Amino acid sequence: MSADHLPEHPEFLWRNPDPKKSYDAVIVGGGGHGLATAYFLAKNHGMRNIAILEKGWLAGGNMARNTTIIRSNYLWDESAAIYEHSLKLWEILPEELDYDFLFSQRGVMNLAHTLGDVRESMRRVGANQLNGVDAEWLDPKQVKELCPILNINDNIRYPVMGATYQPRAGIAKHDHVAWAFARKCDEMGVDIIQNCEVTGFIKDGNKVTGVKTTRGNINTEKVGLCAAGHTSVLAEMAGFRIPIQSHPLQALVSELHEPVHPTVVMSNHVHVYVSQAHKGELVMGAGVDSYNGYGQRGSFHVIEEQMAAAVELFPIFARAHVLRTWGGIVDTTMDASPIVGTTPVENMFVNCGWGTGGFKGTPAAGLTFAHTIATGSPHTLNKPFGMDRFETGHLIDEHGAAAVAH
Amino acid sequence: MLLFTCPNCGPRNETEFHYGGQAHVAYPESPGELSDREWAEYLFYRENTKGLFAERWVHSAGCRKWFNMVRDTVSYEVKAVYRIGELQPETLERIASATEPEQAQPLAPAQANPTTASEGV
Repeated sequence: MSADHLPEHPEFLWRNPDPKKSYDAVIVGGGGHGLATAYFLAKNHGMRNIAILEKGWLAGGNMARNTTIIRSNYLWDESAAIYEHSLKLWEILPEELDYDFLFSQRGVMNLAHTLGDVRESMRRVGANQLNGVDAEWLDPKQVKELCPILNINDNIRYPVMGATYQPRAGIAKHDHVAWAFARKCDEMGVDIIQNCEVTGFIKDGNKVTGVKTTRGNINTEKVGLCAAGHTSVLAEMAGFRIPIQSHPLQALVSELHEPVHPTVVMSNHVHVYVSQAHKGELVMGAGVDSYNGYGQRGSFHVIEEQMAAAVELFPIFARAHVLRTWGGIVDTTMDASPIVGTTPVENMFVNCGWGTGGFKGTPAAGLTFAHTIATGSPHTLNKPFGMDRFETGHLIDEHGAAAVAH
Repeated sequence: MLLFTCPNCGPRNETEFHYGGQAHVAYPESPGELSDREWAEYLFYRENTKGLFAERWVHSAGCRKWFNMVRDTVSYEVKAVYRIGELQPETLERIASATEPEQAQPLAPAQANPTTASEGV
């Protein structure tokens, strides 16, 4: 078939403009969080003269690499509030963005394998219910009813002793989420500028007034950093420190299979989480590689342990083949909670530290970070998540709910 | 799987080791005089270098001793391994000068500096 016979290229979802000389606000990072932030800046705060700068291609970092799990069953009040708000936004966004990104509320199960797990899980279910988050405790038989391919026999190393279950949790198609935000941003006049790496900041005293990029200098009133694993690099350019560590986090998919897995199953104890994507591939993630790294890849033994755990829990997976594995760079904090707020540099704001669970937080990160940038002070939801908590001691220690599995 | 050379046991698989984060973070000399900000820095702020990074590892499945390593956090290549208590080799400068041949100098002995001199384990 010659080129003449190829169908017309489908309509582009966003323009590819050249950067202007100046903007009211510049968002660094064109992933889910950057796009959501620009979307809410434009929609809620009427800021249209804004740009998203992306050093690679749109949503090609962690937004393209995560396992798309969405849930809000976090232990502490502050986390439950922001993640539950995020989940509520997920529930309305397909209509608001006029884009069906296959948000599927198929439920998420967090397995318990030890008495400690059981106690922690029941405590978390109680805390969730008090915070208006749907949560219930399932015994092994109920676990089996919801997910028949799970092995609940007691002949395995870590038998399933029960699970917490959040019915409203689920998955979505991550690429489509990014495209949905990008199209709406573009419609409202936001410039999405790809292949534009930030190389420095222009400051007047302690106030940021512009951004140096590989496509020239850009003046701006305000800068919002949404660069996940590379936030420390940007912070260093801007002249402040940020308490995050970047780690590789790996995930993998199998080849396509008939639907066998109706929900999402996560296990902190044996370090695996599994769902089946709409197309049919089994999507699995593990824990982070222990060392600091920016290489977008991790070590193979992590994959090996993850596979061993998956096959023990789901014996049917023994015959499935790994199609591909990959790694992303996640920005972890010491309390496993994000940082969304102001920085020591005037007019510069930071959204980072979402670690292994940034995807589910995309809408709430966008909403609260946009509020912070537009008004100069945090939204009620992200007020507890400022960098100052490391000085005041008001940490939001979510290691129980967030350290491993997302 | 990375291959690390333990100063005591020689080359071993990464799975025998555990990570200890940034090396050469000294315990505050006068803890009682620290401000909240300084405590935050000591407890929660660590360098997150993209590039050459001095870090601690423990050979948990071998000699069970801690040691230091300089590793590239992008390529994951190990550039230097040295014992706890030893001064940090001037690896950063060495490698920087090695990549610019005209500036190549004979290696200077490691310089003492306040951070490494007061280092705890």
